[in-house]
Amino acid sequence: MLQTILISIAILALVGLILGAVIAFTAKKFEVESDPRIDDVLAQLPGANCGGCGFAGCSDLAQAIVLKGEDPSKCAAITQEACEAIAKITGKAASEKTEKKVAVVLCSGGNDKAVRNAQYNGILDCRSAQLVANGGGKGCRFGCLGYGTCAHACPFGAIEIRNGLAVVHSELCVGCGKCEQVCPRKLIKLVPASAKVHIYCNSLDKPVQRRKVCSSACLACRKCIKAAGEEHFSSQGFMIRINYANPPDESVVEKAGCPTGCLSREIDRRNENDLKKKETEA
Amino acid sequence: MPSNEWLLITVGAILVNNVVLSRILGICPFLGVSKKIETALGMSGAVVFVMGISSFVTAVLYKLLLAGSLHLHIGSFDAVVNLGFTRILLFIAVIASLVQIVEILLKKFSPALYAALGIYLPLITTNCAVLGTAEINASANRGILDSTVFGIATGIGFGLALLLFASLRERLEFSRIPKAFQGTAIALITAGILAMAFMGFSGLVK
Repeated sequence: MLQTILISIAILALVGLILGAVIAFTAKKFEVESDPRIDDVLAQLPGANCGGCGFAGCSDLAQAIVLKGEDPSKCAAITQEACEAIAKITGKAASEKTEKKVAVVLCSGGNDKAVRNAQYNGILDCRSAQLVANGGGKGCRFGCLGYGTCAHACPFGAIEIRNGLAVVHSELCVGCGKCEQVCPRKLIKLVPASAKVHIYCNSLDKPVQRRKVCSSACLACRKCIKAAGEEHFSSQGFMIRINYANPPDESVVEKAGCPTGCLSREIDRRNENDLKKKETEA
Repeated sequence: MPSNEWLLITVGAILVNNVVLSRILGICPFLGVSKKIETALGMSGAVVFVMGISSFVTAVLYKLLLAGSLHLHIGSFDAVVNLGFTRILLFIAVIASLVQIVEILLKKFSPALYAALGIYLPLITTNCAVLGTAEINASANRGILDSTVFGIATGIGFGLALLLFASLRERLEFSRIPKAFQGTAIALITAGILAMAFMGFSGLVK
């Protein structure tokens, strides 16, 4: 019995060894030489494999940069230095990186502001919450569900769920657009990083209805437009948005005095949430 | 008469005991890569290729090591063992490394074919139909050439089922299907009906 066990182990080990050796031999003997520059370029890319460039990952983009002359600035996360390093490797002039974009979640209805009208006990994922009637508990049909699908999708860890609301950390965000794709309510937009003020409401309801379900909804009072001028905003019906091609100055927040606070600076919104968090912890 | 025998094996493997529709092996690629006829063709080609080679190699190994008892004489060491129970283990290792080697060789010598087969080649490593074919050969105690013929025929049978299914699914894309049946549901029903249709061949080879 023991003999059989030992012999079978020995034979299997031997076969494994032979197979391994054959694979190693063929791999070495019939190795296909790839362009060494591809690995150099790959080392400069962020390596998050976010797919924001449209290729199947960083190595695919590196291959396209070297072999097909693709522009490194296709990568949303790449730094200017890395762009120049790649230009040195490929021998092409470094292209100016297009303006950095960051994601912004156009909703300010956290648990303290948005009215809840149902109890959702399903899978904690916005996409499944969206499927059930009324979409996961919050009264607003357009607001952030707060189950963190975008936060899970973010390869850079730039989205945090605070108080039932997704908040983007713009210094971590590289603008790959993954969150934009997964959000079932299409709340997340990629905007130029230079825009520091946003209107945090995406509701298509009438303002009266919005007011009933959320205390920080945009009431379409147009105070912000009066304060900063038409050219900095775009309004369609009751939907007022920042015109990101020509964003208003940061001081518009004080000048306009938004009655619900849905027009605010990105940094203020995060700080406000921070304070809330500390209060609830204490 | 080996040629007559081979004809029986071939028809049996392709139609009567079709690996997918009658033996229910290799369902994963059957459902996974049957959305487009082109990809189905690529996968079928890769499977025929790998099944033929792996059937040959496993049959040789089976005849050498596993069938019957093995007599070992190494110096004064003398033993008789029967290693039949290591069959699955050995076959898996052989098939997996074989696919690796085939992939490396293809990449070197036929980049076009390598690009055409793409991801399907490494996926075959985990295709149970390949292991199943080697197993069936071993349990039927077939000879090396018979096994190879059977392997290739089984691969062709897999390809036939996959192509039929893929063309049916392409037609399904354009037909009006009740909402509850759309997508995978109707695909599974189609597969069932296809399997029933292949039952009609069961009287062909005794």
